[in-house]
Amino acid sequence: MTKPIIQLQDVQKYFGDYHALRGINAEIDEGEFFSLLGPSGCGKTTLLRVIAGFEDVSTGRVLIDGKPMEGVAPNRRPTNMVFQSYAIFPHLSVARNVGFGLRRAGLTKDELGRRVGEALEMVGLSGYGARAAHALSGGQRQRVALARALILKPKVLLLDEPLSALDKKLREQMQVELIKLQRQVGITFILVTHDQEEALVMSDRIAVMFDGQIAQMDDPEVLYRRPKTRRVADFIGVMNFLPAEVLFEAGEKIEIEIAGLGRAEISSDQAPRGGGDGATSVGFRPETLTILYDGQQATDREARAKVEEVVYYGDMTYYDVRLEGTDKTVRLSMRNVFGREVLPIGAEARIAWSPGALVLFR
Amino acid sequence: MSLAQKIGRMRRTDAASGILLVSPTALYALLLLAAPLATIVVFSFWTQDYLTIDRSWTLANYRVAVTEPIYGQLMLRSLWISGSVTVATVLLAFPIAYFVSFHVDPARKSLWIFLITIPFWTSYLIRVFLWKVILGYNGVLNSTLLGLGIIDAPLTFILYNANAVVITLAHAFAPFAILPIFVALEKIDRSLLEASRDLGENRVTTFLRVTLPLAMPGVVAAVLIVFIPTIGDYVTPRLVGGPEGLMIANMIQTQFLKLNNAPMGATLAVLAMLIVTVVSLVFVALNRRFLRRQQ
Ligand SMILES: Nc1ncnc2c1ncn2[C@@H]1O[C@H](COP(=O)(O)OP(=O)(O)OP(=O)(O)O)[C@@H](O)[C@H]1O
Ligand SMILES: [Mg+2]
Repeated sequence: MTKPIIQLQDVQKYFGDYHALRGINAEIDEGEFFSLLGPSGCGKTTLLRVIAGFEDVSTGRVLIDGKPMEGVAPNRRPTNMVFQSYAIFPHLSVARNVGFGLRRAGLTKDELGRRVGEALEMVGLSGYGARAAHALSGGQRQRVALARALILKPKVLLLDEPLSALDKKLREQMQVELIKLQRQVGITFILVTHDQEEALVMSDRIAVMFDGQIAQMDDPEVLYRRPKTRRVADFIGVMNFLPAEVLFEAGEKIEIEIAGLGRAEISSDQAPRGGGDGATSVGFRPETLTILYDGQQATDREARAKVEEVVYYGDMTYYDVRLEGTDKTVRLSMRNVFGREVLPIGAEARIAWSPGALVLFR
Repeated sequence: MSLAQKIGRMRRTDAASGILLVSPTALYALLLLAAPLATIVVFSFWTQDYLTIDRSWTLANYRVAVTEPIYGQLMLRSLWISGSVTVATVLLAFPIAYFVSFHVDPARKSLWIFLITIPFWTSYLIRVFLWKVILGYNGVLNSTLLGLGIIDAPLTFILYNANAVVITLAHAFAPFAILPIFVALEKIDRSLLEASRDLGENRVTTFLRVTLPLAMPGVVAAVLIVFIPTIGDYVTPRLVGGPEGLMIANMIQTQFLKLNNAPMGATLAVLAMLIVTVVSLVFVALNRRFLRRQQ
């Protein structure tokens, strides 16, 4: 049975007149890898700083390990942070940086050295202890920041866009390492990111934030397959939208008419009750559409379309196709398996789709 | 190749254009700094009898300077006074710089720095005289304290002695100490302080372990900027120092202008410069050690 290590109860934060956090409610479990995902300025860093104790809440409560954190200074909270800029102390060596927080633990010199060595080994920096802080690459700085926080064995590790300063290759490598590390130490990680891919890859659960509010909080698969609002759907991955009309609802079944695709029956769990903006539409991911090649039969439904744009990615090809009888283009993706040709622009194509992959927004 | 071409070629190389750029300044410095300095050094090995200068090389002046107790005493007093000035100035400047850097709205910082420098727009001499007015027997301070009944008789330990010199100089050099410390504090990445708090240190220990070491270059600059010129100051001791507030520079002046012993004055000047250099180097070395120990 997991228990919540962090409880956020209607957390509000004002900066002067600016309402940065508008009622955040969330429970984060022990040992969970939790991500805060959202566009720039939505309040992710603010929320993380509220948890770390660098910002007071205006109203609401933060509980860590069941204890209210009101008036508890950052140095007295069982959280540690990896700062976006890493905040490596420039006047200290790598070993002194990593051991910074252990000063008050009253360790002997040998014991301290051993702990620092272990922490450096954990992040793959063995032997770097004597280095000056300024003689490190971006990825190494990030590891030092990580080791420095983890050495204190916090209950919660807060990471503010720790990978955003790294190049793509290194970032992907560090993502895997972070996940492994988190499993190994079993500490709750709260990761702030504006990179949806990163959040999907790494997290057990993701909270998508817009304008100081959590729009949806779910595990990556649910978030990807069943986004609650168009905005969430748009933010996570690529989503096609087509105008639609609800014809009738009967119990679990909803009959809809989709522009360019025709009638379809979907189940009510494909129609989340989120904040709709009035217009009804259906959304579907590029990979839920398939181009049918000669002789292939659709397992479910079929539509005709014309290829308007081809984007070749090596392993994948993205097509923008216009559905017959509409002026709407939708994007679909095909894996470039051996022997499958890439269609040229202007080609006619048969498209297979399935009502079960749709999400209805209204 | 014509001269014009040669010059044109020369101007294209970086080194040459560098030399061209600094040469006016370098010439100026050579003329006004190096030349007089060399003259002083040369003079210190000569002797003078009333108005005639004996140009034979001798160490006699140095022997006198080392053996006559008056010079040693004056030198020690100068060191003591400018040391006190430095300590007082830097200790007072640090909180001011800290306050402006950490607790003033960023948009207002330059205004604050501007305000801090305003008193220093008036001539240094006028400011020294103002301190005389403030610290004098019937001065502002004494009459205020008397009027308030806090003291029965005017305080006499605040003017015409070393204390007055320290107070006046500390005030005069305050901005020179505030500015480098302020700049050093401004350069500190604020997230470092948060990182320290996050890693378990409170405000005080964060200051000692992060802020202070990182501000050290500014403090060192402030110490040197205050210490080096104050040890050679002679206007302030002359005006507010009284007989027991006189410093080595006053003696140098006396040697040159009153006792007609320019070589002796030169010798004292050279010795003073050497001592300042040694003290500064020792200080810088100590600071290095302090920072290295942190590593
Ligand atoms: N100290 C502050 N004073 C005033 N406004 C602030 C302060 N800190 C943040 N804000 C505002 O609060 C909002 C949320 O800021 P926050 O830093 O949490 O965004 P974020 O989601 O982390 O964005 P990013 O992805 O760009 O880092 C922003 O509009 C920002 O301007
Ligand atoms: Mg941020």
